[in-house]
Amino acid sequence: MTDHDWGTLSNQAVAAAGIVYFLALLSHLVEWSALVGRKQAVAVAKEPARTRVGASAGGGTDTLAGRGAPTDAAGPAPAYVAEDARSERVALFGRLGYLLTIIAVACHLVALVGRGMAADPNRVPWGNMYEFTLSGTCIVAMFYVVLYRKFKLAWMAPVVVAFVLVVLMVGVLWLYEPVAPLTEALNSYWLVIHVISAALATGAFTLGGIASAVYLIKARSTKQTGWIGRVPSLDTLDRVSYRIHAFGFPVWTFAVLITGPIWAHQAWSSYWNWDPKEVWAFITWVVYAGYLHARATAGWKGRKAAILALVGLATLWFNFIGINYFSTTSQHSYASPAVSTIDRVEVLR
Amino acid sequence: MTTTAPTRTSDEKPGKQPRRPVSELNARELLRWCWRQLTSMRTALVLLLLLALAAVPGSLIPQENVDSLKTSNWQKAHETLTPIYAKLGLFDVYGAPWFAAIYILLMLSLVGCILPRLFVYWRGLRAQPPATPMRLTRLPDSASYVTGESADEVLTRARGLLRKRRYRLRKEGEGASVSAERGYLREAGNLVFHLSILIVLVGFAMGSLFGYKGGVIVNVGSQYGFTNQMTQYDDFDPGSLFTASSLDDFDFSIDKFDVSWLDSGPRAGMAKGFQSHLTYRDGDGPEKTYDLRVNHPLSIGGTEVFLIGHGYAPVITVRDGQGNVAYSGPTVFLPQDSSFVSFGVVKAQYAKPEGIGLNAMFYPYEVTVHGDPVNLTGDIGDGKHAVLSFQAWKGDLNQSAGPQSVYQLDTSKATQVTAPGGKAFNLHVGQTVKLPNGLGSVTFDKIERWNKLQISKQPGKRIALGGVCLALLGLLGSLFIRPRRVWVRARDTEDGTLVEVAALDRSGGGDTAAVVEGLVASLRGQSPEDRS
Ligand code: HEM
Repeated sequence: MTDHDWGTLSNQAVAAAGIVYFLALLSHLVEWSALVGRKQAVAVAKEPARTRVGASAGGGTDTLAGRGAPTDAAGPAPAYVAEDARSERVALFGRLGYLLTIIAVACHLVALVGRGMAADPNRVPWGNMYEFTLSGTCIVAMFYVVLYRKFKLAWMAPVVVAFVLVVLMVGVLWLYEPVAPLTEALNSYWLVIHVISAALATGAFTLGGIASAVYLIKARSTKQTGWIGRVPSLDTLDRVSYRIHAFGFPVWTFAVLITGPIWAHQAWSSYWNWDPKEVWAFITWVVYAGYLHARATAGWKGRKAAILALVGLATLWFNFIGINYFSTTSQHSYASPAVSTIDRVEVLR
Repeated sequence: MTTTAPTRTSDEKPGKQPRRPVSELNARELLRWCWRQLTSMRTALVLLLLLALAAVPGSLIPQENVDSLKTSNWQKAHETLTPIYAKLGLFDVYGAPWFAAIYILLMLSLVGCILPRLFVYWRGLRAQPPATPMRLTRLPDSASYVTGESADEVLTRARGLLRKRRYRLRKEGEGASVSAERGYLREAGNLVFHLSILIVLVGFAMGSLFGYKGGVIVNVGSQYGFTNQMTQYDDFDPGSLFTASSLDDFDFSIDKFDVSWLDSGPRAGMAKGFQSHLTYRDGDGPEKTYDLRVNHPLSIGGTEVFLIGHGYAPVITVRDGQGNVAYSGPTVFLPQDSSFVSFGVVKAQYAKPEGIGLNAMFYPYEVTVHGDPVNLTGDIGDGKHAVLSFQAWKGDLNQSAGPQSVYQLDTSKATQVTAPGGKAFNLHVGQTVKLPNGLGSVTFDKIERWNKLQISKQPGKRIALGGVCLALLGLLGSLFIRPRRVWVRARDTEDGTLVEVAALDRSGGGDTAAVVEGLVASLRGQSPEDRS
């Protein structure tokens, strides 16, 4: 295949991924709409089916956010038989949505690889904002798919898929750039590690942020039906959010405070320049450190910690997208050649 | 958080004295109160958020140390705001006293918080796991079952299982129960993480106090060169405790400079790679060579040399009205765009009878497209297509008024002389043009190149890096090691032996229910005559 073919393949794969994400979203919306009006009672009725060892007293029973799949229930009460057809539909569309998401992620990956192969010489697919968006969304989606079972993320599906779809579309519509080689300063394996880890952390923080957002919504909502009823208990949400953040934070530390400075040192001679991108990466780091602290501080657990997580997420995405519009001093600009124009030289002789 | 862990007392110290009326607070108690406030988790949290907030303005307002040119332009454009901002230190946020106040307070709080914990941890290391609580089933995550085995059998098996899972067991005075604990390294990780932040700060401070960063433009050619002395730098930004004696002794010259260009694709004409072939000498050592490239700095002793820019330096000779050379040499032109159309200035103040000044543009590769001159981007080949285009001034260039930028011609006291047809004079390589009225002549001899080099010394950078790595290591321990207490009690009842199992996660992140389930399963899985 020629470079041009790879480029075309990448574009088509993005389109395909977009369509399949959209179908997945539709499927999840159908799943949701079936949930509307469904009483919490149903969820509760199924709950005791989960056998716990021994008779544990106390409140450790998480309302597990399983698919609510009928198989879980050891024979639902007769009164709820009518509900069963409905929950079957919910489960069916839920599974369909998940399956479609997996297919979309596969297309998405093909698009990324195609992008890298289309460049001469072949390279990592993050030469510009378009490719960065492509990579970032792919990682969010991959995290979701991988952690789906471990953290029982089914309740998160529509939010994640909608998020990925929207950001991907923004990338395609406004940020698209033809394939081009990296400017030389971007051509460093430290940068590769730096970007991979930054993108991984971004993906994790995004998922964790979604969990925190849902926590806040659920904490405020008085009714416990429909989707809100489906979402896991506040405790579980808090813990899922924490565990995802706890993964993201060290990775972010590695990206921003280790590989970033090493690369900056090679490329710009100083490992920390207080460049706006760096400043915001630092702010994000401090806010997330604050989040981890908040969880250990009396009076800050739960709601306030969740708010902090969202503040952190806001700084993260602002850094990624917004800062380019506010500040032009950033040396992280992708388009302009790192070496050529010297407008800083103001020499007095 | 699942557990309401009674062990988490970082915030409130146990055994507080009863509050006395405020009037009885003496100075010592006030101090102690302040210290306790400062080192509380809540203060740490607030200070962290404050630090994040304080860092924001520096990313929105141009910073002197980051981009001085942009800063001065901004200051010119905002005359009312500038004095206020300057007073608040908003042009140098990260060096401002109020910014320093926040992180110093944070560090104080950190030391005050972490040191006591260090001692507590030290003592706790040798302590036994706590005794088994009376009512295990009251704990949030617990389970119980009845078995036909004797209590001793169950407890022995529990001890074996827990030991295999690397729990530490309580030794004496247990009676009919097992108390086990694991995850001691979590707190160690936490302590290492926080203390490493101090190390990073020390490393960072060393760099900004004792280090420096300087820029210099060096012409390409072994006849030119650079010796590491302060006077040789074009711009020099020393740390506040920097002394000239810490400049390393070396010199170098750039023998050759290669640029490779992209010649296809959407960014055709963009430079793909740069390479400067250096010859350098470290002190009195032998000459060595190095190929300097972007991302591949040269380090000599503790100093590093970076290639950060390049451009053209047309060699221009100006003769005055009497035929004497009033100016000659490669003249550094500053690129204005990615096609390297560049701007430069020539000042021949002492030409006779009158001073001569040139404002010049250099077009590296000019071709005519539909009658209009266009500059192409990319390799300029032998320079045949290069054009030097300049406007000339005569008279006083006002150089006695004070220091001037070499890239700026002060024409306030000079008058422009124009070429017969229009205003600008145009020259190809090798050509000479006479200025009107016997003023003199200008020759465009040839094209040379220059490199912009950044030279810096940042002591402490290894300390900072080591600190961050250590911090990361500690962080991993602190986040992923689960400190956990597990208890097993076995008691004879009428139905058989009642076994109770409970677990407590001290980090709040763990799934203790799974731990209890797992332990019960293993305890029972190995017992043959299981009754319930
Ligand atoms: C530069 C400032 C600081 C940063 C970046 C920072 C960061 C962190 C992080 C990321 C954690 C989470 C690790 C974990 O969950 O175990 C943590 C935990 C902790 N921090 Fe800090 N911290 C800072 C300052 C402080 C200060 C000033 C104090 C004391 C007042 C403090 C006390 C603690 C304590 C006690 C924990 C453990 C909480 C627990 O038991 O889980 N930290 N810190």
